[in-house]
Amino acid sequence: MEAEKVIQVDSLTKKFGDFTAVNAITFEVAKGEIFGFLGANGAGKTTAMKMLIGISKPTAGTAKVAGFDVFSEAELIKKNIGYMSQKFALYDDLTVAENITFFGGIYGLTRKRINEKRTQLVAELGLDEIVNELVGSLPLGWKQKIAFSVALLHEPKIVFLDEPTGGVDPITRRQFWEMIYKTANGGTTIFVTTHYMDEAEYCDRVSIMVNGSIEALDSPKKLKEQFGADTMNDVFLKLARG
Amino acid sequence: MSIIVENISKSYDKVQALKNVTFQVDKGELFGLIGPDGAGKTTLFRILTTLLIADEGKASVVGFDVVSEYKNIRNSVGYMPGRFSLYQDLTVEENLQFFATIFGTTIEENYDLIKDIYIQIEPFKNRRAGKLSGGMKQKLALSCALIHKPKVLFLDEPTTGVDPVSRKEFWDMLKRLQQKGITMLVSTPYMDEAALCDRVALIQDGSILEIDTPKNVVKKYPKELYNIKASNMYQLLEKLAQYEFTHSAYPFGEYVHYTDTRSEFDYQELYNYLNVHYLDNIFIEKTEPTIEDVFMDLAK
Repeated sequence: MEAEKVIQVDSLTKKFGDFTAVNAITFEVAKGEIFGFLGANGAGKTTAMKMLIGISKPTAGTAKVAGFDVFSEAELIKKNIGYMSQKFALYDDLTVAENITFFGGIYGLTRKRINEKRTQLVAELGLDEIVNELVGSLPLGWKQKIAFSVALLHEPKIVFLDEPTGGVDPITRRQFWEMIYKTANGGTTIFVTTHYMDEAEYCDRVSIMVNGSIEALDSPKKLKEQFGADTMNDVFLKLARG
Repeated sequence: MSIIVENISKSYDKVQALKNVTFQVDKGELFGLIGPDGAGKTTLFRILTTLLIADEGKASVVGFDVVSEYKNIRNSVGYMPGRFSLYQDLTVEENLQFFATIFGTTIEENYDLIKDIYIQIEPFKNRRAGKLSGGMKQKLALSCALIHKPKVLFLDEPTTGVDPVSRKEFWDMLKRLQQKGITMLVSTPYMDEAALCDRVALIQDGSILEIDTPKNVVKKYPKELYNIKASNMYQLLEKLAQYEFTHSAYPFGEYVHYTDTRSEFDYQELYNYLNVHYLDNIFIEKTEPTIEDVFMDLAK
């Protein structure tokens, strides 16, 4: 069973002067997989992710994302992926509806398609009451759920989530993960970073970066076996300081 | 008592940030304020550090009233706000020097208190604060908040966005500071950090849901809790959501934490139900609740 590969990374490297931020990382992610991308602050996660989403040119190695090359087809990557982060996801001073219209336009959806998508989102997330509220006035949990849906507006093959649940309350955090499961079940690949180690357990496979290199990559179950640990938190504590 | 909070309420425009909040922190205690973004944690910190005035209620810190004696409080407390608060274009050493001077002291006078922490960033003392990594900024901010030897230290989400290893190191530092007699009020959205506090207050939407030691909080969980696992997590959650006796079912690491609506849980019946719905490798066992289970139960 050879599943379609949505991300293929081979010896991908990024140097800043003498400093090697990402050191020859190699991995693949399959269609519909939930891939957890973990590491301590400063391990190189953000730098690696920037290369994969086409906003930073690698120093060496190769990578294909959604079928496009990170060196020569960065613009096509940006059109074919979804992205949301904890720091930026939606415009606070636009309403929910305006954000959907705006991002739909950015992703090149037709006016008709945007209207359909907006109606669908409002129904699925139960947004009737707040669709005309400014995003800035909503609780963080709501913002993040809407942001995730907005990142999926153009039905990308893969969505990158950079610490999507930081600071979110425990119930909403779980609702968010149910949305992730549902999306992955529908065939969309999820690439996610998090500092919540219980969330690492929800991933199909997890990679752990230490000082620019991928030091471990497997299912949470196998990683726990490999490191003789009861939880992913213990695995992380054993590995993350090299 | 180091901190006394009595019936404090505070509103901004339409939002009621704090609703009748009452609690006390003993001298030398490490007290945790546990809750998500928007719970009211920062508003409470700003009131206690005399940067904001409450609409109703009273509060005092080390015996001084937060309104009428605010100047005494400012000299007696250290405050590490959630957002990085140092001067980005001063060096590490200049920042520390600056805070020491403001409080009429010197780095040398209280070096003992910050030594453990500062020593880790001292090799970079000529680097501008804006160029430090997240972990180093955090250590510098803590050093600056401590340099005037405060009696009470306020730490607003010091570990948010910080990886698990750095979080663990930071809590080790707090434990060592506690041994030096400093009272600490620390807020966090990470429920697992609650276990590291002497006592915690669980807070959501401006109200305190529970105050007790972490051990006692967990004991108050009203239901029997079960770990459930199966080969497909998504389908398991879906089927549990449809099961007629499900009271709650939340993903928790590799398991789903499940509670039943009946007083007598029927293991075999649930097993059969999941089995009939094509789930494989079904595993069900009783488990102990965590602070996060309690929080979700109270917040529901």
